[in-house]
Amino acid sequence: MAAFFDSLLLVIVTVLKVLLIMIPLLLSVAYLTYAERKVIGAMQVRNGPNRVGWKGLLQPIADVLKLLTKEIIVPTNSHRFLFLIAPILSLAPAFAAWAVIPFNDTAVLADVNAGLLYVLALTSLGVYGVIVAGWASNSKYAFLGAMRSAAQIVAYEIAMGFALVGVLMVSGSLNLGDIVRAQEGSIFHWFWLPLLPLFLVYFISGVAETNRAPFDVAEGESEIVAGFHVDYSGMAFALFFLAEYANMIMIAALTSVLFLGGWLSPVSFLPDSMIWFFLKVALMLFFFLWFRATFPRYRYDQIMRLGWKIFIPVTIVWIVVEAVAILLEIEPWFALRAA
Amino acid sequence: MLANYFPVLVFIVIALVFGVVLLTLGSVIGPTAPNTEKNSPYECGFEAFEDSRMKFDVRYYLVAILFIIFDLEIAFLFPWAVVLDQIGVEAFAAMGVFLGILVIGFIYEWKKGALEWE
Repeated sequence: MAAFFDSLLLVIVTVLKVLLIMIPLLLSVAYLTYAERKVIGAMQVRNGPNRVGWKGLLQPIADVLKLLTKEIIVPTNSHRFLFLIAPILSLAPAFAAWAVIPFNDTAVLADVNAGLLYVLALTSLGVYGVIVAGWASNSKYAFLGAMRSAAQIVAYEIAMGFALVGVLMVSGSLNLGDIVRAQEGSIFHWFWLPLLPLFLVYFISGVAETNRAPFDVAEGESEIVAGFHVDYSGMAFALFFLAEYANMIMIAALTSVLFLGGWLSPVSFLPDSMIWFFLKVALMLFFFLWFRATFPRYRYDQIMRLGWKIFIPVTIVWIVVEAVAILLEIEPWFALRAA
Repeated sequence: MLANYFPVLVFIVIALVFGVVLLTLGSVIGPTAPNTEKNSPYECGFEAFEDSRMKFDVRYYLVAILFIIFDLEIAFLFPWAVVLDQIGVEAFAAMGVFLGILVIGFIYEWKKGALEWE
């Protein structure tokens, strides 16, 4: 009996911890949409949302309520079950990947030793939601959007995977906490500098993975309207929307953990803290928004060329160079590994 | 050891439940007023013609095949990268051969034009 209560207690505590991550994450997603409209508004010399609440701060809440009270249209020709399961398939991995993200030295929900492998697996799962949605809608735009999106996601997935291999080679661990600890020192010890090409490839691939501008041909408003989720409405659409923004935050968090030293402080006279992690995530998110305001959309062939013919060769060459550097004990790559 | 993964499982379950709850909430609160026009696939206002399960470009299929090969390669590289300093030059050479074969394949695809999207 005591054992039963112990395990019950464990379940309850774990559920509470999960909610402690998920609720702030949902709020961040909501306010990321607000920040996006405000930042892009400012870059285009407009106000952005400013009617609902003080300076438009209640706008995301109003949006959620509106979407909640809209009809979920299920087209007659669609495959009903797959059509409804697709948004869940794309949302769940975007959230579940947070289980292994370390917020500071001790604050991590699941301190597993294969953390990076888990993250790689879950971020790959997102493509199922896209392809299932596109196929189940039984609409030409949705189908074309899903094909484009899936091909693009898998192409950049490879470059991303290679960049992760490069990180593993210098950190010597799959545990995300250990990866951050391997970057201890100062801002110049963080992996972004010794692994600069991989850092750039990783972040740009992250932007492409999440189908964000300038890689948003899968949505391409002006040609295939909204791509794979054109036939979705109401809450079903909101789930895709949530998934997209949760994925953006995920990529920003991973970039911070893998290349920008996670919770580590950039200067030695300030203590390491969770706040640094959040600041780094916010900075990377700002880049996402900035890209959208600045760059025109790539053509599809340009996207595929960048992924296959530039990023993959660059990462393969870099991995070989890095391996040689580690085997020949050349600084700084070897020193990073020894630490 | 495996207990470490318990929160991961809980997180996945909660994320799935969350999705289901939101969808259910949306269908309960939102109205349901089906009509033929609304429930037809969106085609910019035109009547939907032909079947949307149409033929599509074979290059998407090619990309998928290439992805499987390269993704497997990454899966093989993961454990190798973690223990690189302990396994020394032989393991580096072995992975060099493996990568070399894949790179030859990659060059072949490139020359064949499998990566071209005009």
